[in-house]
Amino acid sequence: MSVPATATGVVEPAGAAPKRRLPRFWIVYAILLAVLVLSILEVVTGANDLASSGAIKATLIGTMPIMLAGLGGLWSERAGIVNIGLEGMLILGTYGAGYFGYHHGPWAGVLGAILMGMLGGLIHAIATVVFGVDHIISGVAINIIALGAVQYLASITFSGLPGGGSTQSPKVGDVQTITIGPLSDFLFDVEKKDWFFVSELAAIARSLCDELSLLVLISLLLLVLTWWILWRTAFGLRLRSCGEAPAAAESLGVKVLRYKFAAVIVSGGLAGLGGGVLALVAASNYRDGQTGGRGYIGLAAMIFGNWRPGGLLAGSGLFGYTQTLSLRQGGESIHALLLAAAVLAVGAALLQARRGNLPTAGIMGGLGVLLGVTYFLIDTVPSDFSSMTPYVITLLVLAFAAQRLRMPAADGQIYRKGSAG
Amino acid sequence: MSSTRVIRIVLGISAPLLALVAAFLITSAVLYLADDPVLKVWDQLLSVPEARNVGNIVDNATVLYLSGLAAAIGFRMNLFNIGVDGQYRIAAFVAAVVAGEAWLPGYLNTFLAVLCAMAVGALWAGIAGVLRATRGVSEVISTIMLNAIATGLVAYLLRKASEQAEGSNVVATKTIPEDSWLPSITISDGPPVVDVYGFVVIAVVMGLLYWFVLNKTRFGFDLRATGRSTTAAVASGVSVNKMIVAAMMLSGAMAGLVGMPILLGSSHNYGSTFQSGLGFAGIAIALLGRNNAVGIGVGALLFAFLDEQSNPLQILVGVSPDIVAITQGVIVLTVVISYEVVRRYGVRLEQQAVARALEQERSTQKKEVSA
Repeated sequence: MSVPATATGVVEPAGAAPKRRLPRFWIVYAILLAVLVLSILEVVTGANDLASSGAIKATLIGTMPIMLAGLGGLWSERAGIVNIGLEGMLILGTYGAGYFGYHHGPWAGVLGAILMGMLGGLIHAIATVVFGVDHIISGVAINIIALGAVQYLASITFSGLPGGGSTQSPKVGDVQTITIGPLSDFLFDVEKKDWFFVSELAAIARSLCDELSLLVLISLLLLVLTWWILWRTAFGLRLRSCGEAPAAAESLGVKVLRYKFAAVIVSGGLAGLGGGVLALVAASNYRDGQTGGRGYIGLAAMIFGNWRPGGLLAGSGLFGYTQTLSLRQGGESIHALLLAAAVLAVGAALLQARRGNLPTAGIMGGLGVLLGVTYFLIDTVPSDFSSMTPYVITLLVLAFAAQRLRMPAADGQIYRKGSAG
Repeated sequence: MSSTRVIRIVLGISAPLLALVAAFLITSAVLYLADDPVLKVWDQLLSVPEARNVGNIVDNATVLYLSGLAAAIGFRMNLFNIGVDGQYRIAAFVAAVVAGEAWLPGYLNTFLAVLCAMAVGALWAGIAGVLRATRGVSEVISTIMLNAIATGLVAYLLRKASEQAEGSNVVATKTIPEDSWLPSITISDGPPVVDVYGFVVIAVVMGLLYWFVLNKTRFGFDLRATGRSTTAAVASGVSVNKMIVAAMMLSGAMAGLVGMPILLGSSHNYGSTFQSGLGFAGIAIALLGRNNAVGIGVGALLFAFLDEQSNPLQILVGVSPDIVAITQGVIVLTVVISYEVVRRYGVRLEQQAVARALEQERSTQKKEVSA
């Protein structure tokens, strides 16, 4: 069997031997390991913004839209429908949040974002489930329609409003945030002490109890809820069976088309909420081009996470983190990450070499040396490169680990009722 | 026999017609719901374009046609090259730098630039092809990633290679020397004089080449066969992996041409304002034209027509021209749906015809028996 290879710290625990199962709650270990790596990096390189509570809070907010889009992808692909229209549904969500948020307050904006996203999901469901259109074609069409529709609607509904225009909505109020005052202060003290590893953990804990947006909390809960529904309930089992073997599912009495339909609509709602987070939490209004391809990134994060919620969280966290870093003194922080990537690549190369997988080991070793040399040659990474980082990492991870990924068996296939015979 | 043929032709025409009618109705419904003047919008969109506008439509269609061909090469092989967008931008950038340096005189320089664009496009798409062939990475995801990487890379290189005009924040590569510009073709002596990109000729040649290579050569047959059924292709001795890389690189080479009409015909350098987003339009157009060289041409003209006609909407009737994007997206969806609906209808007709024929045969047999 293929041997896993990882080029990043975040997915390190996934690098266990293929037959061995991951430990329960591996995501917790993964986070701890990532924090440890970052702590070491801060000491070695002197970069000090890698795990500050500010950076982590921004990461959390930056991660949520990507994670929600990926969660949408998870629902629909687990039911066998590829959803490349996530980007369009995200766009619809940002508009819904802007329009309903301005007129009826932020929570109406949240609802509006979800409903607009579900509308996109409905179109995708009708095209793919009812008419059997190729899933990617339908998705591409939805992305075109959503972008045009939102620009058209924005120019009708936001022009002339105070602070609004054809490319942005007026300001929308904020959703509530949670702050646990004393705990936050205490953790901030610990963070300032600069204790190795402990301060970094405190920074993470603090980002969760200081001005934590309710929407972020809800998004995280939705991730857990999705895991519970899809993997712990009969409904979820049936839904996943539609993505693995629809004919078999139908022969057992599962209403395959109905499940697929529902899954795609939920998928749209989740992506729409992602757009809502973008417009309400990450910014404070709808703006044209706000999504910046996050729908596609969410899809990539889901594939990166092997069509599982935990992996999805790790993948979107990685994207959110590198994106955030490139916005905050990006050059220096990404420069520090280069060293980590170099060490990890060389380590992985040694592992591969011991397993006798020489070509992969050679490529990874070369990559590691290249990254290391780059680290010592330059002082800071140009901003264009730091914004490219997440994409390059995804491409590398896919290149080295694609064989280990397993998508739902009937994903992307068109199913017609009665195929069970 | 002839009647089934008539039915087949009628069905073939009715699918795109059905799609256009549906798109027309949906757009009208959107306009109506938004309280915009439906009739006035259609009046403007469907009016006969002026000579000046015809020139713009042909120019735009040239670019879209090349983009559509690029996507179609992938589709024929069952590959989704979402990366046309990144491929043409990085290719146009490299071509602009090469042509701007003017190492060769006159049209040799132009030729070199076009060659470079095709090579760069092919290589950039080739990354996705190799990843798919050797590592099993879905080309949809890898080309999306490569698009984003191309954006960052081009932005970085542009700042390195550009010369900034005094007092302007537009960054652009060196302007190509005038003797390497591709001359435009005059289609109306006017007044006003209407010119179109000289590249239109090359686009037509590319269309012919596309048709010829895919439909009339061994390679094209192998490519289409692989797209239809990998197992059948393997059984007939085709190396699927080689075909994947070849198809991706061909698609990328075609994508490399997308920026050329603009670069050689109007902008003459690559700047931060170079037209973007042409790749996704190409995908829609390839779908619209059913991957057929002529069909893609019709689709490109239709999209360019709608774009051009929608420009004055804001001034004339106070409606956002973005309404056309809705129409275009809806057309893509309705085209695919109506082909499917018509196909199902056709299958049903055939089944009924067969059933009738069987019924007849049975009744004649019965008669023979009783006789």
